[in-house]
Amino acid sequence: MARPVGDPCMDRRLLTTIYAWLLLLPAMVLLVAFTHYPTVATFWASFFSTARGRRPASFLGLDHYRRMITDDPVFLQVVWNNFLYALVTIPLSIGIALVMALWVNERLAGRGFLRMAYFTPTVLPMVAAANIWLFFYTPGFGLLNQIIALFGGPDVNFLGSPETALWSVMAVSVWKEAGFFMIFYLAALQSIPPSLKEAAKLEGASDFHYVRRIVLPLLMPTTLFVLVNAVIGAFRVVDHIVAMTGGGPSNASSLLLFYIYETGFKFWDTSYAAALTVVLLAVLITVSVLQVTVLDKRIHYR
Amino acid sequence: MTSAALAQGSAAARIVDAGTRLDHLLVTAGAWLLAVLWILPLLFALWAAFHPPLYAARFDLTAPLTLDNFTRAMAAAPFARYMLNTLMLVTMTLAGQLVISTLAAFAFARLEFWGRDLLFFLVLVQLMITPDVLLVENYRIVSSLGILDTILAIGLPYMASAFGIFLLRQTFKTVPKELDDAARIEGCTTLGILLRVYVPLARPIYVAFGLVSVSFHWNNFLWPLIVTSSVETRPVTVGLQVFASVDQGIDWSVISAATLFTSAPLLIAFLLFQRQFVQSFMRAGIK
Amino acid sequence: MSRKSLLAATAVVALIAAAPSARAELELTLNFPVAVGGPITAIIDEYAKTYSEQTPGVTILPVYTGSYQDTITRTVTAFKGGNAPDMAVLLAVDTFTLYDEDMIVAISELAQSDEEKAWLASFYPAFLENGSIDGQLWGVPFQRSTPVLYWNKEAFAAAGLDPEVPPATWEEQVELGKQLTLKDSAGNVTQYGVQIPTSGFPYWLFQGLTTQNDVILMNQAGNEVNFDDPRVVEALEYLVDLSTEHGVMAPGIIEWGTTPQDFFQGRTAMMWTTTGNLTNVRNNAPFDFGVAMLPAHVRRGAPTGGGNLFILHSDPEREQASLDFIRWLTTPENQADWSIKTGYVATSPAAWQTPAMQAYANDFPPATVARDQLEFAVAELSTHENQRVTKVLNDALQAAITGTAEPAAALAAAQEEAMRILAPYR
Repeated sequence: MARPVGDPCMDRRLLTTIYAWLLLLPAMVLLVAFTHYPTVATFWASFFSTARGRRPASFLGLDHYRRMITDDPVFLQVVWNNFLYALVTIPLSIGIALVMALWVNERLAGRGFLRMAYFTPTVLPMVAAANIWLFFYTPGFGLLNQIIALFGGPDVNFLGSPETALWSVMAVSVWKEAGFFMIFYLAALQSIPPSLKEAAKLEGASDFHYVRRIVLPLLMPTTLFVLVNAVIGAFRVVDHIVAMTGGGPSNASSLLLFYIYETGFKFWDTSYAAALTVVLLAVLITVSVLQVTVLDKRIHYR
Repeated sequence: MTSAALAQGSAAARIVDAGTRLDHLLVTAGAWLLAVLWILPLLFALWAAFHPPLYAARFDLTAPLTLDNFTRAMAAAPFARYMLNTLMLVTMTLAGQLVISTLAAFAFARLEFWGRDLLFFLVLVQLMITPDVLLVENYRIVSSLGILDTILAIGLPYMASAFGIFLLRQTFKTVPKELDDAARIEGCTTLGILLRVYVPLARPIYVAFGLVSVSFHWNNFLWPLIVTSSVETRPVTVGLQVFASVDQGIDWSVISAATLFTSAPLLIAFLLFQRQFVQSFMRAGIK
Repeated sequence: MSRKSLLAATAVVALIAAAPSARAELELTLNFPVAVGGPITAIIDEYAKTYSEQTPGVTILPVYTGSYQDTITRTVTAFKGGNAPDMAVLLAVDTFTLYDEDMIVAISELAQSDEEKAWLASFYPAFLENGSIDGQLWGVPFQRSTPVLYWNKEAFAAAGLDPEVPPATWEEQVELGKQLTLKDSAGNVTQYGVQIPTSGFPYWLFQGLTTQNDVILMNQAGNEVNFDDPRVVEALEYLVDLSTEHGVMAPGIIEWGTTPQDFFQGRTAMMWTTTGNLTNVRNNAPFDFGVAMLPAHVRRGAPTGGGNLFILHSDPEREQASLDFIRWLTTPENQADWSIKTGYVATSPAAWQTPAMQAYANDFPPATVARDQLEFAVAELSTHENQRVTKVLNDALQAAITGTAEPAAALAAAQEEAMRILAPYR
C-alpha cells in the first residue's frame, strides 16, 4: 500500500474504495446495463406510443395504463390467470415438496430411487417437459386419456378446453417445481439434530406431533425462502405456455409474462409491452418488499 | 415409577410400535406411488422414443425396439449444432459469472469502502428483477450493441449474477481473518490472497453455484428464443421448440426422441452425480 | 451449412471492400423462411446458382432463416439495424406490417415496362389480393397454399358410403359425418366424421366457412373488419354445431399439429388442412385417401395462405435487379418446377399449362384440387396490426368453440376490439 501523505486513515480508505470499485466494475457495468437501466427505460417507454416506420412515437402519458384497465380484457384475464396460477401452484408444490422431503429423509426402502424420481423433473428443461406432457395430455391416444378410457370415462381435451387448460399447465409446473423445493427442505431437515427426535419420542410424542410441533417451526425460514422463490417463479416462467398452449384457448392459459412476450415480439407493440412489464415489476417488487418488511420480522430468521 | 406403570408403559410402547410399523408401510407405499407418478411422463417419453411410431401410444410389450426415431430426429434438425451452441453458452456464461462474482463478492466481504451498502443493495435488486423479465428493453440493448443473434447475447445479461455474488460473499465472510493476515505477512497481494486463500476455501460453493448455473442456462428458453434466429446460435431448448412446432403433422415418436436427446446430457450427468447435484442445490439454497 | 454461410459472409465482406471499383457486380441477398438443412434449401440453392450463372454481374445469396416468425423477426431487425436483405419471402398477411414499417418497395411501381406489367397480370388474382395496399402491389406470390379436404376412402367404404364421393356441401358434410362417426360399446366415440383444427390460427380454416357463406372478413384498406356480420355468425354457428349439435367433430379445441396423426390413426374420417400436408399424407396414410375442395354453402370458397416475395428498400439499381430475379423465379417453367418439387401451388395459370406441370397433374391428380379451388379463393385475413387483430378473432372463435361464449356475442366483442385496434389507421 502507498505511504499516506495527508490523513493516513482518510487516504487508506480512499485507496480501498478505488480498489473495491475496480473489483466491482465489471459486475456493476453489467448490472446497470441489463437490470437497472432497462428497468428505468421500461417505465419511460410505457408513456409513449410504439414508433412504426410510417408513424413516429408520440407521448401518451398514462394512456397505456388506462387502456389496460378499461379496454383490454386480455390483460385482466392474464392477471387473474396468473394470480390463480400462483395461488394454486405455490402451496401445492411447497406442500408436496415438504412431504417428499420428510419421506426421503426417513429410512424408507429405495430411498435413492425415491429421491431420484422426485428430483428428475427439475433437471429437465421446461420446454422438454412441456413436450412430454403435451403427448401425455393429447386427446384420444394420450396416456392420460387412455387411463381415463380404461375406467370408461369420456375423452378429455385437457389443453383445448378453457376449463382445464390452465389447470393442466399448473400440473406441469407443480410436477417440475416440487422436486426442486424438496431439496431445500431436505437440507434443512438434515440440519435438525437427531437427538431432537429421540427426545420427542421419549416424551411420547407421535410422529405427527413431532413434525407439527418441532419440525415445521424449524423449517419456517426454509419455507420463506422457498415461498419467495416460488412466487417469483410463478411470474417469470412461461416456457411451458409457449410450448403447450400458446396461451389458448382464448387466453384461458395465458400468463402475464407470456402476454408481454406476445405483445412485444409478435404484435411488435413494444411500448404497450413496456407498460405491461411495469405491472409485472410492481408485483415482483411488492413481493420482495413484503418479504423484507413483514415476513422476515414475523419469522425468526436464523 | 411403579412396575405396573412400567409394564403399562411398555405395552403402550408395543402398540405404538405396531402402529408405527403400519405407518411406515403406508408411508413407504405412498412415497413409492408418488415416485412412480412423478416419473411416469418420462417413462412415457422413453416408450415413445424407443418404439416405432405405430406403437407410440400403444402399450404392447412385444413392440419392437428401435433407434430409428433418434436418427430421424437427428436428420430432421441440426441437433448436434444446437448442442454445441448450448455447451458454448453454458461454458461462457459460467466462466463470466465466476470471475465477475468472485471479484465483486470479495470486495463486499472484505473491503471497507464508500458506497458499499448502496452498491450491495443495487446488486440485490437483480434477485427480484431478473433479466428475463425485462425482455423488451434488454432486447433493445442487445440489439444496439450489435450482438443480436449471437451466443454472447444470450449469456451476457446473466453474467453479473446477484445470486453468485451473494453466495460467495457469505462464504468469503466465513474465512478466518487470521488466514488472510498470515498470507499478507508472507507478502501476498490482495489479489494473490483472493486466489490462494479465498477461492480454494470456497470450492464447494463454486461447484454448487456452477451446477445450478449450468442447469439454469441449459434449460433457459424464453430469452434465447427472442434473441436468436439462426441455427448457429440457437441453444437446444429453442431448437427443440422450433423443431416441435411444425405446420405439418406432429410425429410424437420423433419429438419424444428429440426431447430425450436434448435433455440427455444433463439427465445422465444428474444420474451419475446425483449426490453432488443434490448437495449442490442444497448448498446454494442455504443462506 | 455453416461453412457455406461463412463463405457467404466472406463474400459479402470482400464485396463491401471492393465496392467502389467493382460496381457492376451486384450481390443480392434473399431471406428464405425454411430451416437450414431441409430439402427445400437445395432447390433454392439451385435456382440461385442457375440465375447467377446466366446473369452476368448479379449473384443471388439465399439465407435460410427458419420459420416465418423467425424470418420476419430477423428481417425487421436487420432492416432497423441498416443491413436489410434485398428480398425476403414472408407471409402474405404481413404485408401491412411491412408497409407500416416502411420496409418494402411497391412492386407495381418498380414494374413499369409493358413486359413487366404483363408479368404482374399473369398471376391468379386470388394470390394478388393480399399484396395490395393503396392501389399498389407490394408482394409477388410464391410459396402459396390453400386448405383442402382430405378423406379416408376405406372409412367411407366401411360406413357403406361411396368411397369416391366426398361431401360437396355443408349439409352433406354433416350427413356423411354422422354416418362416419363410430362409437364403442361404452358410447365413447372411436372415429369422428370430420376434423377442422382450431388451435393456433383457427381463423384460417374458419375463413373457408365464411367465404362459403359469401362474406368477406375485412376491407381492402385493411382498417376495417366485418366479424359481426350475420353471415360470419352463421358460419361460426355451423362450426360449433359440428360438435355440439351433430356430434360429428370432437368437442373443444382441435390441435392443428396432431390432426394429420388423428387422420392416419383413423380417429377422424375427414380432415381440413393445408395443401402443404399433401406429401405428408401421401407418405404416411396407411389407407387410400382422396383430396377435394372444401364443401360449399352459398358458394364455394377458401382462403389463400403462405408467403410472398418482397423487395426491401435499398437503391434503384438493387431494387430493379431484385425485380429481375423475381420475374425469373416466377416464370411459368420455374413455377412449375417449384410446385412439383415442393407441393406448393403454382401461382399463375400459365404454369399449369407447361408440359412438366401437366404430366405431374396427370400422375397425381390431387395436386390439381388446390388449383381448381383458386377460382373460388379469396385473400387471407390481413389488416394493419395484423397479428393482433387476427388474435382477437382467434380468441373469439375459440371462446365459441369451447362454449364459453355464444358465437354472436363472441364475434360482436371481437368486432369492437378489432375496430378499436384499427382506429388509428382509419
